[in-house]
Amino acid sequence: MKKFLEGSWAVAEAVKSCRPGVISAYPITPQTHIVEHLAKFVADGQINAESINVESEHSAASVVLGSQAVGVRSFTATSSQGLLLMAEVVFNIAGMRLPVMMVCANRAISAPINIWNDQQDSISLRDAGWIQFYAENNQEAVDLIIAGYKIGETPKIMLPVMVCVDGFILTHGMETVDMPSQADVDKFLPSYKPPFKLDVDNPMSLGLLADPSVYTETRYAIHKTLEDVLEIIPKISRDYKSVFGRESLRLVEEYKLDDADVAIVALGSVCGTIKDVIDKEREQGRKVGLLKIVTYRPFPKESIYKALKNIPYIGILDRNISLGSDGAVYTEIRSLFSEPSKKISGFVAGLGGRDIPQDTVKEMIRLTKEEVNNCKFMDLDTRILWEEFRVS
Amino acid sequence: MKEIKIFARAGQGAITTAAILGEALFYENKYAYAFPHFGAARMGAPMNAFLRFDDKPIRLRSKVYIPDYIIVVDPTLIESEECFSNLKKGAKAVVAVRESTKIPSVTDVEIHTLPAERIAQDIIGRPFANTVLLGAFSKVTSEIKIDSILEAVGKRFKAKPGILEKNLDAVKKGYESV
Repeated sequence: MKKFLEGSWAVAEAVKSCRPGVISAYPITPQTHIVEHLAKFVADGQINAESINVESEHSAASVVLGSQAVGVRSFTATSSQGLLLMAEVVFNIAGMRLPVMMVCANRAISAPINIWNDQQDSISLRDAGWIQFYAENNQEAVDLIIAGYKIGETPKIMLPVMVCVDGFILTHGMETVDMPSQADVDKFLPSYKPPFKLDVDNPMSLGLLADPSVYTETRYAIHKTLEDVLEIIPKISRDYKSVFGRESLRLVEEYKLDDADVAIVALGSVCGTIKDVIDKEREQGRKVGLLKIVTYRPFPKESIYKALKNIPYIGILDRNISLGSDGAVYTEIRSLFSEPSKKISGFVAGLGGRDIPQDTVKEMIRLTKEEVNNCKFMDLDTRILWEEFRVS
Repeated sequence: MKEIKIFARAGQGAITTAAILGEALFYENKYAYAFPHFGAARMGAPMNAFLRFDDKPIRLRSKVYIPDYIIVVDPTLIESEECFSNLKKGAKAVVAVRESTKIPSVTDVEIHTLPAERIAQDIIGRPFANTVLLGAFSKVTSEIKIDSILEAVGKRFKAKPGILEKNLDAVKKGYESV
């Protein structure tokens, strides 16, 4: 049923409909409302779950690791510093092949402290072995959570899933979301039946010492499984569409790329802004399109290559920066192409809540056609740079 | 697509105002995106809330720069916040005023004033001007029916029957006052 909802509320409702048995999270802006709503659902008896209060994100991640390990569907959510504090457990969860679901309300990383949106937090943990999705809007956030549980829990996959939702822009934004009914979610997502779990009657161990004779194989196994995820996503997407009528679960979304000579590539909520700009550019006769990456891990190399192979000018927008190198998405897409004729530019924008207005997108499109940039920071304030840092 | 910017102080309910308006537009099969000026504001600090709406889903996620409409909840912000600059040509403003409020002379903006705080004080017993202003917004802009506003206010305050009735009256009084 369609409702007008705050993003955090929609996310919490979606999680509730997946019937997790354990929810553990430590509140941090801008994730807080998600946890508040879930705690209320638990307190009101609307959801049959244990809500476990903890003293830090490290413990929250450890709790859901433990609960998932004993065979209980689990959920956590965090942002920014919270995700970094979880980091070692995040790697462990994937290494133990536990399909935990986490929502990351994307926020910048300290220092200096900044509570606003960028994607540095989740991008920094892209190598952990988790499946990572990026939502453009709150409808996608809802759909990716429900579909994400199914993917992660697929017996031959058994990997955790992070649904990344731009902090404030989506978490605190209110918009229309078609909320799936409980009956439909139950039809789509069966109860969690793990192929292995910690069980006193059938003892086993998880995450033990793996010496050089086996460790590499554990990494390879996760890596190969993530390749399988690329195969399984279109299948589960079809299942999802048959129940809910929507195709939010994708590897990538191509927007007006067919005849485009300029393609912008981006992740998350800014894709909406870019689509609006593209429509206006096309009214002016400029052939621009968007490649939206929904599934960032595993990285859908083939889909991206296929979508971009005939487009001469490509501009990649990163809401993150590998300091001393380039934006993460730029680096990865750049490595897919060796044709010298292809002009691929990288732009860094929208860090720490800096707005990305339509004019900035327009300027990126113009620059992409004009010259090759590899790590062009958009909308820099040169006065601050000089006065504070003596950088010109 | 139309854009609205709400001027208020943190704690005065600007986000709730945007939420109610978004809900009301939803009842009329419009798509709205309501969002706060993202940040951590102290109670009493000047703040904004925003709303975009259209007949099709809203995709644009940037701030509102040149609104079609503004709603000023706190009269003391008019001078310091330059509420009337950077508006779309022919924009409409719904402004809560006090007796001492001076409205600057501006061109190309249609300004509608009402003593929304006093009306709220009289009806609700507290000077929360939001629901009064929503009624006025309905009348001034014709973008939204007053019945939709009343329905959305009804939903928002359904757990607080005493406050609900008063806010419904406040909406109606705001509608009649412009």
